[in-house]
This record gives sequence, C-alpha cells and structure tokens, in this order.
Amino acid sequence: MPVSTRQFDIRKQPGFTLIAVACFLLLYLPIILLVVYSFNAGKSIAIWEGFSLQWYESAWQNKAIQDAAIRSLILACCASAIATVAAVMAALATTRTAAFKGSSFVFAIINQPLMVPEIVTAVALLLFFAIIKVATGYTGMWYLIIAHSAFCIPFAYMPIRARLQGMDFSLEQAGADLYGKPSRVFWRITFPQLWPGILAGAMLAFVISLDDVVITEFVKSAGQDTLPTYMLGQLRRIVTPEVNAISTVLLGISVLLVAGFFFLSKIRK
Amino acid sequence: MAAQAERRWLLLSPALLILTFAASGPLLIVLVYSFLEAGDYGGVKWVFTTDAWFNVVAERDFFDETIKIADAHVSIFWRSVKLSLMTAVAAFIIGFPTAYFIATRAEKSRDLWMLLIIIPFWTNLLIRTFAVMEIIRNEGVINTLLIKFGIIEAPIQILFTEFAIMLGMVYVYLPLMVLPIYASMERLDFTLVEAAYDLYGTRMRVLRRVIFPLVKPGVIAGSILVFVPSLGAYVTPRVLGGGKQLMLGNLIELQFGQGRNWPLGAALSITLLAIVMIALMFYVRVARLEEPQHGQ
Repeated sequence: MPVSTRQFDIRKQPGFTLIAVACFLLLYLPIILLVVYSFNAGKSIAIWEGFSLQWYESAWQNKAIQDAAIRSLILACCASAIATVAAVMAALATTRTAAFKGSSFVFAIINQPLMVPEIVTAVALLLFFAIIKVATGYTGMWYLIIAHSAFCIPFAYMPIRARLQGMDFSLEQAGADLYGKPSRVFWRITFPQLWPGILAGAMLAFVISLDDVVITEFVKSAGQDTLPTYMLGQLRRIVTPEVNAISTVLLGISVLLVAGFFFLSKIRK
Repeated sequence: MAAQAERRWLLLSPALLILTFAASGPLLIVLVYSFLEAGDYGGVKWVFTTDAWFNVVAERDFFDETIKIADAHVSIFWRSVKLSLMTAVAAFIIGFPTAYFIATRAEKSRDLWMLLIIIPFWTNLLIRTFAVMEIIRNEGVINTLLIKFGIIEAPIQILFTEFAIMLGMVYVYLPLMVLPIYASMERLDFTLVEAAYDLYGTRMRVLRRVIFPLVKPGVIAGSILVFVPSLGAYVTPRVLGGGKQLMLGNLIELQFGQGRNWPLGAALSITLLAIVMIALMFYVRVARLEEPQHGQ
C-alpha cells in the first residue's frame, strides 16, 4: 500500500480491472473469430487459409438460404410494424390518461413475453395453433406474424413509453384546449416529438423478430424456415463456414440497428 | 370521465388483443392439456386425468404397477437448477468486477462501456451460441492451439458436456448480471468508501463490508435475471449439450417430438413457469426494496 495518501486511489480494487478487461475480451473474441473465419478460404474454423468470399457466394446462391432470408425479412417487417403501431397506442393510453383501475393488469399483459420462458410460450402457441389449423385448415405465414407481433410489443413499448414520459404534456393539452381533434393533436404535436422513440421501438422489435429461434421453431409449418431456424436445422449436418457467413450478415444488421437505437435514444427531447 | 376511459381502452385494445391471442391466452390451453390423457400418436384424448402431473416426478412400473421416482426427470430437473445456479455464480464473479470497473470510469465514457456490454446482448442468441461452439469444438481454436504447442496430444472433449452448457449460458446471459449491478454501483456514494479507508479498513474489508452491502440489491436482481432464462434455456443446451445433456427446456420439447406425450409436456411447462414466477416475485420485492434506500 502506498505511503502517501495522495496516491491512494479509493476507487481501486486489486484485480478488478484485469477481470473487466478479460470480460470484454471474452465477450467479443468468439464473435470476432466467427466473423473472421467467415472470410476463410478453407473449410476450417481454426486454421486460416487466406481471404475469400466463397462462403458468402455459396450462401447467396443457396435456394434454401435465399427463401429463409426473404421469409425472415418479411416476417420481421410485418411483426415490427404491427407491434409498433399497437405499442404506440398502448403507450399513449398508459401515459396520457389519468391513473386507472386495472393498470397493473395491463402492464402484466404487456410485459408477459418478458417474464414467461420462451419455451413455455412456444409450447402454448404450438398447442393453440394446432387446434386452429385443424379447425380452419389454414397453414400460412399469419401464425408466425401474429406470434412475432405479440412478443415484439413489450420491446417496442418500452422506448416509446420512456420518450412519452419525458415529453411536455402541456403542449398536447393546449392543442386539445384549442379544439384540436385527438388525431390532429397526435400528428401535429405528439408525433413530431415522439418519432425518435417510435423509430427506436420499431428497430428493437425488428431485431427481436429477426433473431427469434424458439417460438419460430415451434410455430412454423413445414417449409417455413427463417434464417435462425434454418441454421439450427443445419446443426445436424456438418457446419460449413456458410453458416458463419449468414451469421456475420445477421450480426451486422443487429449491431447497426442497436447502435442506431442507442443514438436515437440520445436525441434531445 | 367516461369518454376518457373509453378512449383509453380503445387505444389499448390492439396490444391487449394480440397479446391475449398469441401470448397469455394460450397458456390456459397448456394448463387444460396438462389434465388430459395422452393420445396414442401425440395429441390428447379429452379425458380428465392427473397422470401427466404424476409423471412429472414419478413413474408407474409397466408390469407390477409399483410407483417409483422418475429418475430421468429428476436428474434433468437437478441439472437445470444446478447449471443455472452455477451460471449465476460465474456471471457474478465476472460481472461484479466489470460493473465496478465501468462505474469507476469517467462519467462521459461510462455510457460507451455499457454500450459494449449491451451490443452482444442484442445480437442473435443462436449466433452467439454458435460462436462459443466453434471455439470449444474438437477442431476449434482452443484444441488446435493446444495441440500445436504440444500441450495436449488429442483434443479435449469440451463440447457436449455440462461445462459447455454452463460456459455458453454465462456467455449469453452475462450482460443481464452487469446491467443491474452497474445501476446500483453508479449511485454508490464513494465518500462512504473514503470514510471506511480513513477508519483503517483494508481493501478487502471495504469491499466486503461497505461496497458489497450497498450494491446488494443489484447483485440479487442480476442473479435472478441470469437464473431465470438459464432455467428455461433451450437453444444453448441443445447446441452445446448436443442432445446428450438435456435441460428442462429440451425435456419439454421432447414431449412434443419423439416422446409424444403432450400432457406431460404441458405439465412440465407449467412447472417451469411456476418456478420462474416465484423467482420473479423475489425480483419484484428486491426492486421495490432498492428504491427507498437510494432515494436521497
């Protein structure tokens, strides 16, 4: 311990910095290796044989991957759009009106996808949709779209509500006092202040939908693979760096959207 | 105001409808199915029975009707709880110093450090699990390097072990430990730490008697936030356990695949849900306790 009290740093704890640095390294090393080896010329995931884009090319030309990618994108677009609209309306209802009876019930329903283990929801949807499939004969994409919309709602809701709570309510009240119709007040006053929150919520919902494995795996009908369920299915076969290539693209999309989300939530109110 | 109430429920209706239809409502079906008889080839027969619940922990011998404990189920339950607890402990050992490190950075750079913790959390869980798998595989980086430097001759089997599952879960759920600890740590009053040093506290003693008690709510919250998804984990044990080391999530899935005992799968799902709900109730209590303490 140093003799002089001036050099004594009260914030220092021995070994903590070392563990923290190791933590950051461990957090990123596997991801970085995965990305690096997606550019490997050889089949190996440990021996570097030169730079090549061949795995991206073969993934691009693989019909099953193309279909899964398009399906993933359509699903994420539809689900995040539906979830965001529902979340904006719910956020307006829970922040712009007086405290009400049943509000804790409403919050429990909205946050339910965050609390219930995904596997349980997946099983529940499997059983429920099996009944509907037998009754109606419909086996299309709407099961997936509705299921994704449901678990995306809390993720869209959180940033939108946070933004609404930080906004000045008096402007909207003034608008209403001047006989503005609720829809006009929303589009002219609320929306111009709220849009970063809406965009952030939509981006989060999009990422959550794009990444989902468990619920999609249980709900999908035959031939409805998304990129993540396609990758999970590939596990039984030999994994080629093709999977690394798809992973890298998906990682890129997620990181971009999350960084965008981070900076959007910093925009001044 | 009736008009206001009407407008509120109108605004809430799309979200509530979607969530009731595709999240909360179907849970009731699971509860109903857990009291039905298993169909011969999957599905159910509409006959009331508590067989599925009985089968969660016990089994009846096929020939002489004696009842014994279902060893397979109990060992999977035990593995799930054990691995989830170990995951929470390991995440604490790594997460606590990391949260402390971030909380003691200059105020401006803290957000950026936290962003570094959060980014992996929002990337695909399956991909992060794949990334861990590729490193610990027999042909992966660790084994290749160890063989190259002559430390070992044959690759060590890490993949498809319990350790691999735990490693993977620590990796994917670590941010859930760092976030709440950091939230408590950020509000930590360092004048208290200074006072403790003035009273001749050693670093270890100050950590244990001053810092730790002050951030304890964050530690409990983080432990529960890591424990809960670990207990219900499905993807990580499937990828890193390779179908050999099952956890509760995989056992549930099995009932809807090869095992084809839907009521048993439903009963197991409700059991998992109940354990998670109890853990989350603890979490809510801790979160409530934390607020007045730091409310100056």
